[in-house]
Amino acid sequence: MTTFNYTITDPVGIHARPAGLLVKEIKSFAGSAVTITKGEKSVNALKLMALMQMGIKQGDTVTVSVDGGDEAAVAAALENFFKANL
Amino acid sequence: MITIQGKGVSTGVAAGPLYFYQRAKGTFTRRQVEDREAEFARFKEAQTKAIEQLGELAEKARAEAGDEAAMLFETHQMMCEDLDYEEAIEGFIKEQGLNAEAAVTDAGAIQAEAFAAMDDEYFKARAADVKDISTRIVGILMGVVQGGIDSEVPVILASDDLAPSETVQLDKSKILGFVTSGGSGSSHTAILARTMGIPAIIGVGEQLKPEYQGREVIVDGGTGSVVLDADEETRARLMKKRAEILKRQELLNQLKGQPNVSKDGQEIRVYCNIGNPEDVHAVLENDGGGIGLFRSEFLYLNCDDYPTEDYQFEAYKRVLSDMGGKEVVIRTLDIGADKMIGYFNLPQEENPALGNRALRICLNRPEIFKTQLRALYRASAYGRLSIMFPMVTSVWEVREAKKMCELVKKELTAEGIPFSDEVDLGIMIETPAAAVISDRLAKEVDFFSIGTNDLTQYTLACDRQNNDLGRFFNAHHPAVLRLIKMACDNAHKEGIWCGICGELGADLELTELFLSIGLDELSVSPRSVLPLRQKVRETQVRVVREKLLGDLLSDKNEL
Repeated sequence: MTTFNYTITDPVGIHARPAGLLVKEIKSFAGSAVTITKGEKSVNALKLMALMQMGIKQGDTVTVSVDGGDEAAVAAALENFFKANL
Repeated sequence: MITIQGKGVSTGVAAGPLYFYQRAKGTFTRRQVEDREAEFARFKEAQTKAIEQLGELAEKARAEAGDEAAMLFETHQMMCEDLDYEEAIEGFIKEQGLNAEAAVTDAGAIQAEAFAAMDDEYFKARAADVKDISTRIVGILMGVVQGGIDSEVPVILASDDLAPSETVQLDKSKILGFVTSGGSGSSHTAILARTMGIPAIIGVGEQLKPEYQGREVIVDGGTGSVVLDADEETRARLMKKRAEILKRQELLNQLKGQPNVSKDGQEIRVYCNIGNPEDVHAVLENDGGGIGLFRSEFLYLNCDDYPTEDYQFEAYKRVLSDMGGKEVVIRTLDIGADKMIGYFNLPQEENPALGNRALRICLNRPEIFKTQLRALYRASAYGRLSIMFPMVTSVWEVREAKKMCELVKKELTAEGIPFSDEVDLGIMIETPAAAVISDRLAKEVDFFSIGTNDLTQYTLACDRQNNDLGRFFNAHHPAVLRLIKMACDNAHKEGIWCGICGELGADLELTELFLSIGLDELSVSPRSVLPLRQKVRETQVRVVREKLLGDLLSDKNEL
């Protein structure tokens, strides 16, 4: 498992648009499961509505974990995605 | 003639027959199915169809209103395929043997409730999106044909409130305006109407009666009125207004996106004055460069008791987020004088204009001031905030206000609450005292904004509410104009900016003078932005400067 932490800078937090883009992005990596954790709650990042219902806001730090597939490459791509969109 | 009053959320005037949106009203029966696999396959087929339809809608929205509008439907597409949502539907069908219509409705309700229970306004509103996709899938399952407007001529469309997909499916060429009994200023109907540039009036409630179908109406999105069977005079008045709005629209289209630069290259920022968060629409619509004066009084006037920190925070945050990084100058509480609030329990004064008002109240009652400053700093994390103190006369007042800001920042830091380190602090120059010592005040703050209404009243010792004093109340008086120049010059000596946020800022007779003085910003009502821009762009500052400044300081002026 490869993980990284990221602090959300988007003023609305993980709202519909970036959540949707994230799901799209993850679907392009075959064989990797991505989990997003905030505090004690974790969610499979493919679950769009559950991800939005985490209510992740600006200033929150989340942990992104990649399991399976080319973990290092997927984690790097996702980190870039977060920086660009969240 | 019948007049119905609602809330205007998109400006413009339109006339046409009232037409009630025909919603496919079929209801399904909740029942048990025999072949659960086949029922689930029926759902999958409807889901695929829904995703296809949403894809078409996304393309339609992209063509009509841009990428942002299309994204809404792309998100809906993904929601249709959401794993939890689909799993719940699968469970209802395969384990409980429910029919697909009921399964989709129930699964949608679960997700909608989860969103509705969230504490953030944005996420709460997503409940409508989930309901919308569920309605779509159920509609497909029931064989409902996507609705439109069955009318030969364009209409004023009436409904309770329209779902986002309904608004996009509408045949736009058939719609002149919207009237809804429910809805909110940030509902999809309102947003769509503003994007299309047609009037919308919401919240008319039960006054909107189905028997009005087909009657002639005139809607005015500016005032929120809906007039049925208007008499000659009303019709003529509203049609004239319509023509004026269309002319303005043309001006807007030409000037939107253009810089506020004079012919010889001098730039001035044109910002807007607003009184409540909804006004942000008007600011963006008129291409205001920022907000130069956000009067925070509405928060206090709307409440029966002191507004809480959280309540204020939400309002400031909303304006800052909606302005998307453009500067927003929020003025701290300015009550007293002509604006009184019961629960403040302020005693009656002989001379309220010279009494306990604005910053004076804040410094006398630090708990009120601190609550507002905490809310402001918390909101500063969501945009580009500047804070402005009204009714300053002395340096010590500014220092005391700044001390309170430092205290608030220290507290927030200790509590781990985020705020921006780049909040500028400024003051209103609206007393002669402040203008005269502006050289010293300029060392204390990041900007000045001149409140010309009060500055005129105090300089000329003249109550502007008193009708008998009309000819004595002259905002063009050289005493006022010289104080403006003095404040601006002193600001520039200390390297800070100086603007005007009083009504005089929009006075086109003075635009040339203001450019000559070298003011950095004019903050005006949203509808004054474009006429002002036009005037700035026509001016050659170099040609008029010497004469105007000379006249200001000489005795040539008749006054």
